[in-house]
Amino acid sequence: MTKEMVCILCPNSCNLIVTQSDKNPDGLKVENALCPKGKEYAHNELFNPKRTIASSILVEEGELPLVSVKIDKPIPKSKIFEVMKEIKKAKVKAPVKIGDILIKNVAGTDANVIATKSVDKI
Amino acid sequence: MTEKDVVIIGAGPAGLACATRLKEIGVNDVLLIEREKKLGGILNQCIHDGFGLHKFKETLTGPEYIERYLQKLINYKVEVLSDTMVVNLFPDKSMILSGPWGREKIKAKAVVLAMGCRERTAGAIWLAGSRPAGVYTAGVAQRLMNIDNYMIGNEVVILGSGDVGLIMARRLTLEGARVLMVLEKLPYSSGLPRNISQCLNDYDIPLYLKTTVTRIHGKARIEGVTYVSLDDEGKPIPGSERFIRCDTLLLSVGLIPENELSREAGVAIHPVTGGPIVNDTYQTNIEGVFAAGNVLHVHDLADWASMEGELVADFAKRYLEGSLPQTQNWIEVKAGEGIRYVLPQRISGKIDVNLLFRVSFPARNKHIVIKDKDRIIKRKRVINPHPAIMENIEVKRDELKGVQSLEVMIE
Repeated sequence: MTKEMVCILCPNSCNLIVTQSDKNPDGLKVENALCPKGKEYAHNELFNPKRTIASSILVEEGELPLVSVKIDKPIPKSKIFEVMKEIKKAKVKAPVKIGDILIKNVAGTDANVIATKSVDKI
Repeated sequence: MTEKDVVIIGAGPAGLACATRLKEIGVNDVLLIEREKKLGGILNQCIHDGFGLHKFKETLTGPEYIERYLQKLINYKVEVLSDTMVVNLFPDKSMILSGPWGREKIKAKAVVLAMGCRERTAGAIWLAGSRPAGVYTAGVAQRLMNIDNYMIGNEVVILGSGDVGLIMARRLTLEGARVLMVLEKLPYSSGLPRNISQCLNDYDIPLYLKTTVTRIHGKARIEGVTYVSLDDEGKPIPGSERFIRCDTLLLSVGLIPENELSREAGVAIHPVTGGPIVNDTYQTNIEGVFAAGNVLHVHDLADWASMEGELVADFAKRYLEGSLPQTQNWIEVKAGEGIRYVLPQRISGKIDVNLLFRVSFPARNKHIVIKDKDRIIKRKRVINPHPAIMENIEVKRDELKGVQSLEVMIE
């Protein structure tokens, strides 16, 4: 079986051609990838699609009302909205520093939610 | 009047990179001016990742990308004026600043224009109908949601498939809104394929090509839009009008370099790029006034804007030293068949040059040819030329010997 997919790991957006053979279901042939990450992406995309997400968390007493955040490792695609639910519920007190862990093990995914900017206290 | 060696206008990815690079190469009398309180420009609101892959070899969110430069800025003790607007720029490279402390006139030996770009609006695309609340450009919506903490709507239609619109489709979905559809008048998207995949396909948001909005409905708040299919010439197909109810319309219909200051100073602007006409040292028609980043031409990636800022830092230094290449006979660089624009627009022929250009239409397996009249100077195969992807060809000084004119074309 041959499938085309766009690798989303970087702006190169490689148009991967992925061939899966019946004999060896784990042995994928991945063509058109500019880097080795393409093969890993194709494998995950077929067997366990993962995504990283970015959002923001409310800040109390901060110079800004929000601090931007991301998760520090990819999570299963199916968990995105569960993770978003926890991110939306969260509130932190200023100051926040870039890299601070704001939610540990979010929605049981083993990923942490970390700040991607610093927000000073007013 | 204060006089500086180099004044950089705008502290986005181009301006920040230019300022830090100048310090690295030993130009110390540098002033970086930013109209916002926070440095970093539009990347502050680009909270998604995908930045920095070329500059820092890893994928960063917009604010993290900026942070890398802010650290350098502090370490190098770059002089910065934020919350300060350059209100006038004059041909003698003096300028009037306005900030919380009042007004001041300063002068620079060299000026780097790095003001970035702004979004095209409903007016710019001749969108008919009244002007109800709920119609936003994608970047304004991004700022409202990511910086100011406002949710902008629940049922959203997005017109235009530029990257900011695609990114906002995902952002709105994650925040609980329903993005009903993305409409694109062209037969192809102007966004990165990666963003079509991870922002639309992941959330089952349909993208309709050759489709546009012809009417906005509603008085106080938008209540819906009429959209229509377009034929091969881009004209509405009669009878194809449909109505969809929505409370928000986002426009992601292109970016325009922001050159009010440049124009006022007498900088010549190119009709296609919307940015200054520059030579191979990124100098405009005014000696000592340089341009870098999206103010010059709209880039695909922040990384390219930063790299252009660094390149211009090197030329600004050489200008101060009086060692830029001099010539009376500039070689004009023309955008030929199938090419929308080429940058720089004129070259001295005395230094290597990296020609940047965009094609007019998507194609497959073509050659880019650089010619001096009928003589082929360089040829490069391009597998998937696309207007959304900036291409480049490096031409060495040796290859420019005896060249009278240059034309870049697709074959």
